Amino acid sequence: MTYLAKPKFRHPSLEKNERGFTRRDYEGSISTLCAGCGHDSISAAIIQACFELNIEPHRIAKMSGIGCSSKTPDYFLGQSHGFNSVHGRMPSVLTGANLANKNLIYLGVSGDGDSASIGLGQFVHCVRRGVNMTYITENNGVYGLTKGQFSATADRGSKSKAGGTNTDSPIDLVSMALLAGATFVGRSFSGDKPQLVPLIKAALSHNGPAFIDVISPCVAFNNHAGSTKSFDFVRDHNDAVNRLDFFEGRAEIVTDYEPGTVQDVEQHDGSIIRLHKIADSYDPTNKVATMNYLATHHEKGEVVTGLLYLDPNPKDMHQLLRTVDVPLNRLGVKELCPGAKALDTINDEYR
Amino acid sequence: MSIDALDAPAKRSRPGMKPTDISNPDYFHKVVDCQWACPAHTPVPEYIRLIAAGRYADAYMVNWKSNVFPGVLGRTCDRPCEPACRRGRVEAEPVAICRLKRVAADNKGEIRDRLPKPATTKNGKRIALIGAGPASLTVARDLLPLGYHVVIYDQDPAAGGMMRTQIPKFRLPEKVLDEEVGFITDLQPELRMGKRVDSLKAVLAEGFDAVFVGCGAPRGRNLEIPGREEAKANIHIGIDWLSSVSFEHVDKIGKRVIVLGGGNTAMDCCRTSRRLGGEDVKVVVRSGFEEMKASPWEKEDSMREGIPIHNFLVPKEFTHKAGKLTGVLFEKVKAEFDAKGKRSLVPSGEPDVHFECDDVLVAVGQENAFPWIERDAGIEFDKWGMPKVDEVTYQSSNPKVFFGGDAAFGPKNIIWAVAHGHGAAVSIDKFVNGLSVADRPPPFVTLASQKMGIHEWSYDNDIANDLRYKVPHLPNEVALKDVKAEVELGFDRELGYKETQRCLNCDVQTVFSAKLCIECDACVDICPTDCITFTENGDEKDLRTRLTAPAKNTTQDIYVGDGLKTGRIMAKDEDLCLHCGFCAERCPTGAWDMQKFLLETAQAGEKCQSR
Ligand SMILES: Cc1cc2nc3c(=O)[nH]c(=O)nc-3n(C[C@H](O)[C@H](O)[C@H](O)COP(=O)(O)OP(=O)(O)OC[C@H]3O[C@@H](n4cnc5c(N)ncnc54)[C@H](O)[C@@H]3O)c2cc1C
Ligand SMILES: Cc1ncc(C[n+]2csc(CCOP(=O)(O)OP(=O)(O)O)c2C)c(N)n1
Ligand code: SF4
Ligand code: SF4
Ligand code: SF4
Ligand SMILES: [Mg+2]
Repeated sequence: MTYLAKPKFRHPSLEKNERGFTRRDYEGSISTLCAGCGHDSISAAIIQACFELNIEPHRIAKMSGIGCSSKTPDYFLGQSHGFNSVHGRMPSVLTGANLANKNLIYLGVSGDGDSASIGLGQFVHCVRRGVNMTYITENNGVYGLTKGQFSATADRGSKSKAGGTNTDSPIDLVSMALLAGATFVGRSFSGDKPQLVPLIKAALSHNGPAFIDVISPCVAFNNHAGSTKSFDFVRDHNDAVNRLDFFEGRAEIVTDYEPGTVQDVEQHDGSIIRLHKIADSYDPTNKVATMNYLATHHEKGEVVTGLLYLDPNPKDMHQLLRTVDVPLNRLGVKELCPGAKALDTINDEYR
Repeated sequence: MSIDALDAPAKRSRPGMKPTDISNPDYFHKVVDCQWACPAHTPVPEYIRLIAAGRYADAYMVNWKSNVFPGVLGRTCDRPCEPACRRGRVEAEPVAICRLKRVAADNKGEIRDRLPKPATTKNGKRIALIGAGPASLTVARDLLPLGYHVVIYDQDPAAGGMMRTQIPKFRLPEKVLDEEVGFITDLQPELRMGKRVDSLKAVLAEGFDAVFVGCGAPRGRNLEIPGREEAKANIHIGIDWLSSVSFEHVDKIGKRVIVLGGGNTAMDCCRTSRRLGGEDVKVVVRSGFEEMKASPWEKEDSMREGIPIHNFLVPKEFTHKAGKLTGVLFEKVKAEFDAKGKRSLVPSGEPDVHFECDDVLVAVGQENAFPWIERDAGIEFDKWGMPKVDEVTYQSSNPKVFFGGDAAFGPKNIIWAVAHGHGAAVSIDKFVNGLSVADRPPPFVTLASQKMGIHEWSYDNDIANDLRYKVPHLPNEVALKDVKAEVELGFDRELGYKETQRCLNCDVQTVFSAKLCIECDACVDICPTDCITFTENGDEKDLRTRLTAPAKNTTQDIYVGDGLKTGRIMAKDEDLCLHCGFCAERCPTGAWDMQKFLLETAQAGEKCQSR
C-alpha cells in the first residue's frame, strides 16, 4: 500500500490570507489514517482555522500523545513546531513547553483514550493549572489505533462492532473540563465544519485553558448501528445550542440581527465571539446553568454541541504564577542565576 | 443514554439542479477535453498511456482508427486538442498531445498485419471520390473494407492532396506521407490519378451509387494593387508556388523575399524561401502580430530561422523598374476599437515604408472554386459560391452527392477533413443501403472501474509536476541547406515518456454513487483542487457561487448526485479535477470510483447500420 503525496496543483482562485499563504500552505504530510476517519476532517478544520486567523505557522506548537488522533498533527501545519509525546502525557509536555516559552500558541491534540483513560489525571491537572492552550480531543468512543476497544467515553449500552455491550459508565470530558476550571469549553462534530471551524478559531484566540470535545466517528471500528459515536447517530441527536462567528477585531462586525437572537461576547484580546442562539435560554457565560443543561440533555440521549461555556476574562498559568513578562527561555544566565545576594534577599522574605 | 434505531429515512432535498445523467455519452466525453475538442474524437489519454507503457504499435492503432494519418498529423496537425487540454488550466502549458502522436508513429514498427485487408467479396456498389486529399482518402479507408468499389480521381499524379502539394517536406517527409497513403491504396481503390474532373454530370452519368466531393479549396487569393501586372514575373501566388516547389518545378528564389500574409501558408512560404536561396526573407502582415492567423508555434519556428515579422503594414504598391520588381510600398496602420470592441485598421499618419526585394510571395488567403460542377447538376450553391451542405450528414441538395474537407465549408485543416470523411462514409453507407442519413449511429462507450486495491489503480494516478518538454530541432545551419530535411527531430522515447506523464488521464472518470455515501467529508478534505462540495441544492447559477471553490468556468459541467441522507446534494465542478483518484482513495465506502470511459465514434459498417 503506497500513499502518494497530495498533488501540488491547486485551484487557481484559491485565496491568500494576510500573510500571503493559501489554505494549502497550512497542510502537512498525507494522512495515513483509515479513509473516511473523522480525525482527518478535524485536521482540515484546524487548517482552515489557522488560515483564516492569518497565523504564521512557526508561531504554533502542536503537541500530542498516542493514538490515531494523536498522529494527526503530522497531517496539518507542516511548518509548525510539534512534539509527539507518550500515551496520555501530552498535557505535561505542553505545560512544560508553555512554561518555557509563553509566546507560542499551544495546540494539544488528543484522543478519548489518550485523555480519558491513561491521561485522565494529566488532562484534569493541566486544565486546573490554567495553561493557555487549545486542547482538542478527537472523541470516537474507542481506542482506534489498537483496533477498537471501548474507551472511557463510550456510552453505557452502546455496542461494539463485534456485538459486545459497554457496561461501564461514560466519562464526559466536557463536564470534567468545566469542573476543573476550563475557561472555554465547546463540543462539536467532525462532520460539521461550519460549527467547528469558528469554534477552533475562538479557542485559539482564547487566553486560557480552552477545551473542545469533537465527536469524530471511527469508520473502521465505531460507525455501526448501536454506536453513539457514528455519523448517523450524531447527525440524528445533535442538539446544537448555538452557532458562532468569530471576529478578530470590532471593525469588521455588522449587526443586522433580530434583537435577542445573537449574543456578542468580547474576549480579553478584543476579539468578538458572536453566538447565534438556537436553544433560547442558553447562556454560555453561566457555568452552573451550563452543567445543568448538559446533564439534562445527556439524559435525553442528545449530543449537546456549540460553545458551551466561556469566561471572557480568564487568567492563565503565567498570570497566576506571576512569571516575568519575558519568556523564560529568553532569559540569560544573569537573570536566571542572580547570585548569592539575591538569594539571600528572597530567603529573608520567608524568615 | 437511549440508543435509537439509526436508519432514519433520507431527508428530501431542496429543488435545484437535476442529478447528472452519466449514461448520456456526452457527459463524460466532455470531461475528456482533448477528445471532445478533436474533430475526429481520438481517444487521446488512451493512446498516451499506451506510449508510456512502450506499446507504440497499440498507441498507433488507436490513432489510426480515429484519425487515419497519425504520422502526418503527429507532425502537422492544427491540434485543436491542445488549447482544450485540462493541463493548461492547472499550469502553464497543455500536454504536447500532437508530438506524442508522432512518438507512436515513429516507434510503431511493422503494423501492416493489423490493418484491414482488401475486401474479398464486393457489395456491388460503386462510389466516386473527387480529389485524393485526406477527406477522400478517409472515405476510401472506411468504405473499401466493406466491399465497396471506390474510384478516386485526382488531377495530380499522386494521392495525398495538399498534404503532398502544399505542406513542405521539411515539415512532413515524403516517406511518412507515402506510408500512410499507402495503407489506404493497399485496400485497392481504383485510382484515376493525373486526371482532372471537368464535369460532375459526366461522373454522375457513369452510374455511381454516390459521389463524394473532396476537391479542397484550391485557389490562392490574388492581390490587385498597382504594379501587380508590370512586376508579375517576380510575384507568385503562395500556394501555387509551394506546389511547384513540391513537384520540383521550382528550386530557387531571389536573395531578398517578401511574404505577404499572416497565416500558415505565409509561414510555409517564408521558411521554404530560406531553404531555396532567400537570405533576407521577411513576412509582412496587415494586422498586429498577436492577431495573425498562423499558429503560435509556426510563428516561433519561422522566427527561429531568422525571419522577421513586420506588422501593421498594408501593401499599397509593387514598385518596379524597367519591368522588374524592386520592392513593396506599405502604408502604416494602427488598430482602433469601437465602442463594441470591434477592431479596425486605420492609417497611423506615419510616412509609408518601402522594403526592397527580388521576389514576393502572396499568401493572403485561399478560396473554393467549383468550375467543374455544372449549375444544373442538382447542387444548390449559396451567394458566396459555396455548395449547400448539411453539417451533420455532409449531403448536398443532390442526395447522391456528398461533400467533405475544405470543399464542404471552406479551408480548414487535415483533421477536420478526416472527421468529415468519417461522417460522410457513414452517410454514404446508409444512403446506398436505403437508410436515413439523418439518423446518426451513437458512439461505442465503455465505463470500467480501475480499482485494483485500496491505494492501487490500473492507471498511474501520481501527478507529475514537470513542465512541457520542448521538441528538439535540427540546427539552422543544417536545416536551411536542404528543403527536404525534416527540421523537427521529434521526442525520442525517453523524452516522450516524460511528456506522457504530464497527461492527467481525464478519461478516468470520478463516478459517484450517492447511496453508498455516508457524508464523511473525506473526499472534500483531500481534493487538491477543491472540486467537491456537499450542500443544499439550487439552480446552477446560484450553486456555482456556493461551492468549495467558485465554479466560474461555465463551459465545464457540475456533476450533481442526489439521494443523500441529509438531503443535501454532492456537487462536483469538473473544471479542474486532476483525475488523481484521491477522492476515491479516501472514500471509506467506495462511493467514489475511478472508471475509465472509452468512447469510439461509430464508423461506416454493419454495426453503424444495425444501431
Ligand atoms: C501551405 C499550406 C499548408 C498547410 N499546412 C497544414 C498543416 O500543417 N496542418 C493541417 O492540418 N492543414 C494544413 N493545411 C490545410 C490542409 O492541407 C487542408 O485543409 C487539407 O488538405 C484539406 O483536405 P481535403 O481532403 O479537403 O482537400 P485537399 O487536400 O485540398 O485535396 C484536394 C485534392 O483534390 C484535387 N482536385 C481538386 N479539384 C479537382 C478536380 N476538378 N479534378 C481532380 N482533382 C481535383 C486536388 O488536386 C487535391 O489533390 C495547409 C494548407 C496549405 C495551403
Ligand atoms: C503506555 C501505553 N499504553 C498503551 C498503549 C497502547 N495504545 C496505543 S493507542 C491506545 C489508545 C488510543 O485511543 P485514543 O486516544 O482514543 O485514540 P484513537 O486511536 O481512538 O484516535 C492505546 C491504549 C501505548 N501506546 N502506550
Ligand atoms: S482506526 Fe478509527 S480512529 Fe483510527 S484511523 Fe481508522 S477510522 Fe480513524
Ligand atoms: S480525482 Fe477526486 S480528488 Fe482528484 S482532483 Fe478529481 S475530484 Fe479531486
Ligand atoms: S469520502 Fe465517500 S463517503 Fe465520504 S463524503 Fe466523500 S463520497 Fe461520501
Ligand atoms: Mg479514540
